[in-house]
Amino acid sequence: MSTTLSTVGLSIRDRLDDLTLTIHGGEVTAICGPNGAGKSTLLTCLAGLQDPDIGIAALGTRVMHEIPARQRAQCIGYLPQSPEVAWDVTVEVLVGLGRLPWHDAATSQGAATIDAAIATMDLEALRKRPVSRLSGGERARALMARVLSTGPAWILADEPLANLDLGHAIALMRRLREQANHGRGVVLVLHDLATAMNYADRVIVLDRGRVVADGEPCHALSEAVIRQTWDCPARWLGEPGSRALALG
Amino acid sequence: MNWASNRRLIAILIVLLALAVPLSLLAGRVWIDPLAPETRNAAVIVLQLRLPRAMLALVVGAGLGGAGAAMQGYLRNPLADPGLFGIAPGAALGAVLSFWTGYAASAWLLPVFALAGAGGAMALLALIAGREAGVALFTMTGLMISSLAGSLTSLALSLSPNPFAMSEIVTWLMGALADRSWREVAVAAPLTLAGLAVLLATGRGLDALTLGETAARLLGFEPRRQQVLMIVGIGLTVGASVAVAGVIGFVGLMVPHLVRPLTDRRPGSLLVPSALAGALLVLVADAGCRVLPLAGGELRLGVALALIGAPFFLVLLLRMRRGLA
Repeated sequence: MSTTLSTVGLSIRDRLDDLTLTIHGGEVTAICGPNGAGKSTLLTCLAGLQDPDIGIAALGTRVMHEIPARQRAQCIGYLPQSPEVAWDVTVEVLVGLGRLPWHDAATSQGAATIDAAIATMDLEALRKRPVSRLSGGERARALMARVLSTGPAWILADEPLANLDLGHAIALMRRLREQANHGRGVVLVLHDLATAMNYADRVIVLDRGRVVADGEPCHALSEAVIRQTWDCPARWLGEPGSRALALG
Repeated sequence: MNWASNRRLIAILIVLLALAVPLSLLAGRVWIDPLAPETRNAAVIVLQLRLPRAMLALVVGAGLGGAGAAMQGYLRNPLADPGLFGIAPGAALGAVLSFWTGYAASAWLLPVFALAGAGGAMALLALIAGREAGVALFTMTGLMISSLAGSLTSLALSLSPNPFAMSEIVTWLMGALADRSWREVAVAAPLTLAGLAVLLATGRGLDALTLGETAARLLGFEPRRQQVLMIVGIGLTVGASVAVAGVIGFVGLMVPHLVRPLTDRRPGSLLVPSALAGALLVLVADAGCRVLPLAGGELRLGVALALIGAPFFLVLLLRMRRGLA
């Protein structure tokens, strides 16, 4: 397993400006920032989906674009912003698609990994159900199970909580937290600052393609940073671990 | 995954084909009774007329069925048809030009012209859509090639040297398997088998595309490679089928639909059953055309399949609308 995901002097025209970051495995890292800050672009670079104009992204000690596509796919699981499922497959088949980089969906080892991913996301009862008959929360769990079934060292997700209600959002964050505790690196683009504050080990705040704050949530998302970056006065309420943001 | 159930479906289709082929050899204007083999020229009818025709039906049907399944998987659209890439119209244009120049009299030249037309459409497609790998631009390019080849075909028709040539072209365009010989089988079978092999190689990539283009790339499937395999696979299967049988529509659209609910709905697992079911459909439809009494010759296969296919398509659209409502 590669234990770091890093960028050196990474720039993409009009999007990202000279980012040098090292993200560690075993942590939940949240990328936050106002609209157009370059959050999704950074995530696609970290996933190896986009080559930077200047600088490099690296997985461990290897430069991202030199890693063969299949090998990279075995290592990095990525959940796009609004994931689509084109055909009305069952949950089981959907989760099995995560084994494609390994070519082993039909073997017992592949099946065991699929079963484990289904169990982790509490989907046993829904195994045989077609995707079209899942609720929004169930669908999000199935798609996350698809990412987990690859057995990736890294889980990258772009707004995984979009379209999820409060209960499902918290449940999904807890599961991602568990994955980080098992040694995986979890990198999330998050809109909701309170979620980032409560669940992340580290928050990277971007604004107009630059890092404006980076570190533990209480520092990176301090009231001063929020006021400056989002141009909105805000105050944290509550205790650490269950903070809420009061605006205005 | 449901690998076992997929294997069972493939076995059932092979058994059905094994039953349908001998039965289709008996049916036609002259019925052959296997228990009373004194029918005159029975051996000639079966070996020289019906067997090559049945083989051609299997080859064309398998090619179109497999191409349709791959096409729907690639475009992630159940309404996609192998004709969308403009390869069938390209092949038809080639064939029409061979008539127009009078070369069709030499029977080898028609398939060669048609294959050249298909190859031209493939090259144009690769050239225009090549650099930008997005599926939308690719499809638009295919549509443009389609309409270009279609209008050139119309031009060739309107400039046709004599009415006889024109009627010959129009009849040929309708698509049929009548009066074909082993020579057509020898042209179409290797190309179709090669094309199907290429399409099968796209199976995993098509499965990955279920999750969208971005997710497919992140699962390790390069869109450029996928695109090349699709152009070659569709080009070989559809080009070969148009070269020997004319334009036979709706098989590539209908068959994947009929078969999909019997599979686990992954595009990759649909390829082989769809090819087998396409072979079965064309074989049965062609035997039906032979048997149907029709004044002034037999019903053209392309027309018959369109007559079944168009209502099928309408029912499909109605069902989809209900599903969306």
